[in-house]
Amino acid sequence: MCLGIPGKIVAIEDEARHLATVDVSGVRRAVNVLPVEGNGPLEDLIGRYVLVHVGFAMSLIDEAEAKRTLEALNELGEAQEEIAAMRASQDALGTQP
Amino acid sequence: MKYADEFRDPAAAKPLLAAITAAVDDLGATKDKPVSIMEICGGHTHAIFRYGLDKLTPEGLEFIHGPGCPVCVLPMARVDECIELAERPEVIFTTFGDAMRVPGSKKSLLQAKADGSDIRMVYSPLDALEIARRNPTREVVFFGLGFETTTPSTAFSILQAAAEGLTNFTVFCNHITVPPPIKALLDDPRMVLDGFVGPGHVSMVIGLRPYDFIAKDYGKPIVVAGFEPLDLLQAVLMVLHQIRDGRAEVENQYARVVPEEGNPAAIAACESVYEPRESFEWRGLGEIDLSGLKIREAYGAFDAERKFSIGYGAPRAKTAEPEGTMCGEVMSGRIKPPQCPHFGKTCTPETPLGALMVSSEGACSAYQQYGAIDLRRSAKAAVEPAE
Repeated sequence: MCLGIPGKIVAIEDEARHLATVDVSGVRRAVNVLPVEGNGPLEDLIGRYVLVHVGFAMSLIDEAEAKRTLEALNELGEAQEEIAAMRASQDALGTQP
Repeated sequence: MKYADEFRDPAAAKPLLAAITAAVDDLGATKDKPVSIMEICGGHTHAIFRYGLDKLTPEGLEFIHGPGCPVCVLPMARVDECIELAERPEVIFTTFGDAMRVPGSKKSLLQAKADGSDIRMVYSPLDALEIARRNPTREVVFFGLGFETTTPSTAFSILQAAAEGLTNFTVFCNHITVPPPIKALLDDPRMVLDGFVGPGHVSMVIGLRPYDFIAKDYGKPIVVAGFEPLDLLQAVLMVLHQIRDGRAEVENQYARVVPEEGNPAAIAACESVYEPRESFEWRGLGEIDLSGLKIREAYGAFDAERKFSIGYGAPRAKTAEPEGTMCGEVMSGRIKPPQCPHFGKTCTPETPLGALMVSSEGACSAYQQYGAIDLRRSAKAAVEPAE
């Protein structure tokens, strides 16, 4: 929850709510990109790498940095924890009407 | 050199370790009179143990583990209040999973859930918002927990709830900020600290300027660092060089991720939603001025304290920590975890007495997990033992 996890923005989901689809190690989820939007159109973010903190993209990073950070988080076991929390949260939303 | 082999780039670690050894020697620091560097962030504490950096670096260098693990500094009284909220029949209580196992005075959130309270673990406050949208007849409370890495997410979620006009979403705001406890530790005459390794991802949000007081007012160096072992070694070396050169500056080892000004959108969202509390209680450290955040009156409709008359907005009983535990002494770096009589005996990761044993970023859990109990070194504390 404290460390951000790198992901790649693959689509814009809901412009009004600033939501993009971000791929984090194969798990896709809606991420709020407001903190990294800047002034350009949202589409410009597609393909960019971001550090995601509890569902919010807090920083744009390059691909090499994304890879390094993910490796470091994997070795600490933190990446696995984050991804498990993401999956569990999505499953919970899916099953609760 | 067991751990060094696990570095992805051991060749790069060797010259850094040699330079650190040289710098420690230059300072004349020894096992009995070490140079003490505090890593503030729990993620850094975890990495130091994971890679055995405390063993790879010379004896004259002492790592003091700082208060930067939000789960670890959460007082029991706050956990009790979470449970009181969760036990209300109309409430769906949503929380990061990290908080589930923190002991309250009677039970943890995990036990409350087993007892029938509707407690749901969420990855993000966005998911708590979604639960509120889908359950308009229930009151959805999100437990706002964490430092500046999670604080903006809660603020953005409150702004989103306000924009949508949601009336069944509130936040139990227990967000805390990094700089005030550092000031409190620097003001503590028992602490002997020569410099700091600053948090990476917190700094990505708040930037570098909030640390200026450490250099300007207290004359101590601080270097913001990334999470790879090489980042940490590099940052430690930068701190040592500042000490050697008689400098006290805020430096950025992690500039590839941390901009000097932080994230302006996140800072703006926090400023509009929160204001500082006069003081806030930290487990082990006590009350610290201006160290917690509360929700501004303008967003009072989204404040669980106001809506349910609970928390800092209401009279509260002090809750004593478990008998004989020394969480506070560990938290403030006055003793090492194995010096607590409960460590590894009655307090283990499976059955934690104190929060430092709960989170993987807590010093006690890290000691336990990585077997970093080198009694020769842990027996010497960098500061005088607590009274």
